[in-house]
Amino acid sequence: MNNDEMLPMERVLTSLSFKEADRVPFFLLLTTQGAREFNVSVREYFSRPEMLAQAQIRMQQRYGHDCLYSFYYASLEMEAWGGESIFFDDAPPNAGKPVISELEEICSLEAPDVYESERLGDVLRSTELLKEAAGEDIPIIGVVISPFSLPSMQMGLGSYFDLIYEEPALFEELMVINEEFSVQWANAQIEAGATAICYFDPVSSTTIIPPELYRKTGFKVARRSISRINAPVATHMASGRCMPLIDDLAETGTVAICTSALEDLEEVKSASKGRMAVLGNLNGIEMRRWSTKDVEHNVRNAIEKAAEGGGYILSDNHGEIPSQVSRDVLMTLSESVKKWGNYPIRLA
Amino acid sequence: MVANKIIMDLYDGNNAFELIKEVITPALERIGSKWADGDIALSQEYMASRISEDIVDSILPPESSTRRDVPVIGLTTLGDEHMLGKRILSAFLKASGFKILDYGDMKAELVARNIKNDGVDVIIVSVLMLNLVSEVRELRSVFDREGIDTKILVGGAPFLFDHDLWKEVGADSMASDAMESFEQINSLMGIVQ
Repeated sequence: MNNDEMLPMERVLTSLSFKEADRVPFFLLLTTQGAREFNVSVREYFSRPEMLAQAQIRMQQRYGHDCLYSFYYASLEMEAWGGESIFFDDAPPNAGKPVISELEEICSLEAPDVYESERLGDVLRSTELLKEAAGEDIPIIGVVISPFSLPSMQMGLGSYFDLIYEEPALFEELMVINEEFSVQWANAQIEAGATAICYFDPVSSTTIIPPELYRKTGFKVARRSISRINAPVATHMASGRCMPLIDDLAETGTVAICTSALEDLEEVKSASKGRMAVLGNLNGIEMRRWSTKDVEHNVRNAIEKAAEGGGYILSDNHGEIPSQVSRDVLMTLSESVKKWGNYPIRLA
Repeated sequence: MVANKIIMDLYDGNNAFELIKEVITPALERIGSKWADGDIALSQEYMASRISEDIVDSILPPESSTRRDVPVIGLTTLGDEHMLGKRILSAFLKASGFKILDYGDMKAELVARNIKNDGVDVIIVSVLMLNLVSEVRELRSVFDREGIDTKILVGGAPFLFDHDLWKEVGADSMASDAMESFEQINSLMGIVQ
């Protein structure tokens, strides 16, 4: 490290302040990839908080990206609600049977206490270990599934659409319950050492619901929830589109938005300018088969479109790089950011 | 409901297919193309397909012998428990007057056995999870081993984010949305509309 090189925390904070750091910060949001570090199954990996923390530290040291990611997998939150996860060898677990099978059950639903859940406790333990290792040098990104998107696992997306469109009073009731849980969960992670919270809200994306419905639903939930989270929040649509919502998202209190690979990064950056930083938007699905040339091309392209003036963090578009993406690709990605992403940007 | 009233006002007891062809299918086509262009959201496509399915069921009951059963169409998620894409697709095709054989989330071997027994012409595989697209490759290998010539049509998020993935897993084609699957079925079967 030379004298002018920033630490990841300073680099990320500089970029979030819409200033140019020493280089473009980049987040490799690695989850199941950690199991490969220790040659264990995905199930075993996610049952060992110490191993997860070690894997995150090891991967950050190898690739030199600008965060540690304490996220396990989305359905872990469902385990706290009494649900279960279905494990795969080569992918993040899925939520099992819905915990709400009839809409009337919402009336008697109670949010679990975050501190009484053993599984959420594992995430908090990993977060504490990451904090011990990283101190103030590397940001630790915690994750909550938004109260608005949580029902896609609580009841299944089809039933959730039925609820939103046909039972608005019950929908509101469910949001009140979910908000208590999500805010408590976010703040518990911050207390354990998370620097910022990634608010996963794919149902709010225009891929899933129309903007006018978002304004009546997910937007209000986000604004209420984010205002109660005691750290900066970045909103992530998990590959969903966000461009038509930029003005609304900026009003939710989020400091950053992750855009889809299906959207124009330059357009999203320009629309967000000065209000929210932008993350994204490398295509993790295609990344499985990228050659060295492809990686360089895509990284350069993203930097060209969004890096100028700061306010940009390069990452994948889903919030999770598939386990099928090789170490070589990740290493090339890292080298490409370091090669092309130094400020002032000179790509010629 | 407005959509139901429009159809019922036009329905004379004998013109179900005419209404499907001239009113419902064109409406679904427009919805499908808006979804493909990112102009409408999944929730709208879901509600449109659900409403259309209900209307068509009322003028052309699911067990009606006049439902279109050529080509024979099967649907599966090949082990993926995310059913919404399959549900929308099933509703779209049923609303177009087709009979659909829904194999749920069966694994490749079992799907192949059912396809053989049912004489399926096109099997549509809807997958959300990237790791489960390899099940399509497994299905292709069972087909090759057993000499099954059923066409494999795939759809779902991984295929939208990687337009070459369908070839990689040995499918015959892919569809970006429910309406495109209708066009692809016709193309795979050499049916001219």
